[in-house]
Amino acid sequence: MTKTFLNGRSGSRRRSFSKPTEDPLWLKLLLGGVAIAFIAILLLFPLALVFSEALAKGLTAFWTAIVEPDSLAAVRLSLLAAAIAVPLNTVFGIAAAWSIAKFDFPGKTFLVTLIDLPFSVSPVVAGLIYVLVFGAQGWFGHSLADHDIHILFALPGIVLATVFVTFPFVARELIPLMVDQGRDEEEAAATLGATGFQTFMRVTLPNIKWGLMYGILLCNARALGEFGAVSVVSGHIRGVTNTMPLHVQLLYDNYDYSGAFAVAALLAMLALLTLALKTLLEWRYADELAASHRR
Amino acid sequence: MSLTVDSVMKKFGRFPALNGASFVAPQGSFVSLLGPSGSGKTTLLRILGGLEFADSGAVRFADLNWLDMPARTRNAGFVFQQYALFKHMTVADNIAFGLKVRPRNRRPSSADITRRVTELLALVQLPGLEGRYPSQLSGGQRQRVALARALAIEPRMLLLDEPFGALDAKVRKELRADLRRIHDHAGVTTVFVTHDQEEAFAVADLVAVMKDGRIEQFGAPADVRRNPKTAFVSEFLSA
Repeated sequence: MTKTFLNGRSGSRRRSFSKPTEDPLWLKLLLGGVAIAFIAILLLFPLALVFSEALAKGLTAFWTAIVEPDSLAAVRLSLLAAAIAVPLNTVFGIAAAWSIAKFDFPGKTFLVTLIDLPFSVSPVVAGLIYVLVFGAQGWFGHSLADHDIHILFALPGIVLATVFVTFPFVARELIPLMVDQGRDEEEAAATLGATGFQTFMRVTLPNIKWGLMYGILLCNARALGEFGAVSVVSGHIRGVTNTMPLHVQLLYDNYDYSGAFAVAALLAMLALLTLALKTLLEWRYADELAASHRR
Repeated sequence: MSLTVDSVMKKFGRFPALNGASFVAPQGSFVSLLGPSGSGKTTLLRILGGLEFADSGAVRFADLNWLDMPARTRNAGFVFQQYALFKHMTVADNIAFGLKVRPRNRRPSSADITRRVTELLALVQLPGLEGRYPSQLSGGQRQRVALARALAIEPRMLLLDEPFGALDAKVRKELRADLRRIHDHAGVTTVFVTHDQEEAFAVADLVAVMKDGRIEQFGAPADVRRNPKTAFVSEFLSA
């Protein structure tokens, strides 16, 4: 049996047909080349330039620019603002995504639109909103001043602006994921006697943890890098209300290029660290990820 | 002591999914809800399970006002068409879930839970699969795990929503026989939704033929087959 089968095959010459989904070689090279060139020119080259400029005067000059008190203050302020804004938006994002994905209620579409608002509104406008509300001429300006509460040109204003701008990241990451997963597992948990909190902790949260992690990382990267909204509410007080991106601009405007690039390099490094962390997590938990995606 | 469903109504928007469904089944019986899609059988089942709320009507079961209780306290095991197993948990953790979420004073010890999981896996004929994840099981195996998970809470009522709909004919027949055996063994009241009349008649003590949110005929399989009350029932059964 096997023999005749083999003989029958060897008689016909093997012809190579190209698969219907396979493109010619020149097209593959062209498209690949364009993509690589695009990434190189727009992303890798500028990033490399930031680091090379920062280190142009040597490692010592770089280090001196970083440990300079105003720069250190900017780093501290940025990290502090992110450390407050990111947990807040994690909680808000989970709450928003949970209610949108798992429940039906009137005004749901409107809520989704509201969540997208910070993406569509210019960050400068977002900053101005807070000036209008909390500024000296704003709605609450007088009463706040009477009670000696400082929101604008202080940490609360910077945190508020950061929270506004980074609000959609966690929610937007989770909503499609939770809608896709449906309510079946939550319903099963309810029929098995679980309370709402038990269902959330034991069923919902484990199912969304990777999306959540990704959303938090994106939210964090954006919180550290936010410029426009924070710029409006911060007041640019050197060493007091200057965040890292604002400090970069201030140094650059004062012709302190090596300083500007040093802080910029540090900012870029935080972003790269975020990406590296994400890749590491994906690689470390690849099996679990695959298991939770398959049904 | 019986399951009494009394003129249950439910609308989704303006579409009436249930239009006064009523039947009375003795406790411990096996009831099949049979009907074409859109006849309201899944809606009725989900109302019995507490996953959907009736607009009006009443359900009494085991001398309880069934519709006033949240799903959590009904102690009604639910088996879904698409299994709805917890993807991130092992088979053992899936089955043990209903026991582990109990308040501390009613929660069995972990040794008892392990023993119970082993028993249940033997009952659904999947011994030794404790450590697997749902994604590593076939469709038939997943549904057996889902059944074991629903039985773990020692339910008063077992509700199954087209549980074998996604499985092939041979597996369906095996599972059907096992389900009947498990029903008799556990002594629960079982309500089983299907659109497959052969399945409904083979497994149930009582069949409710549904149409447009109402129960067209309710009775023992043999009676319904011998005396179809309406043109719809006789047409549906001869199809």
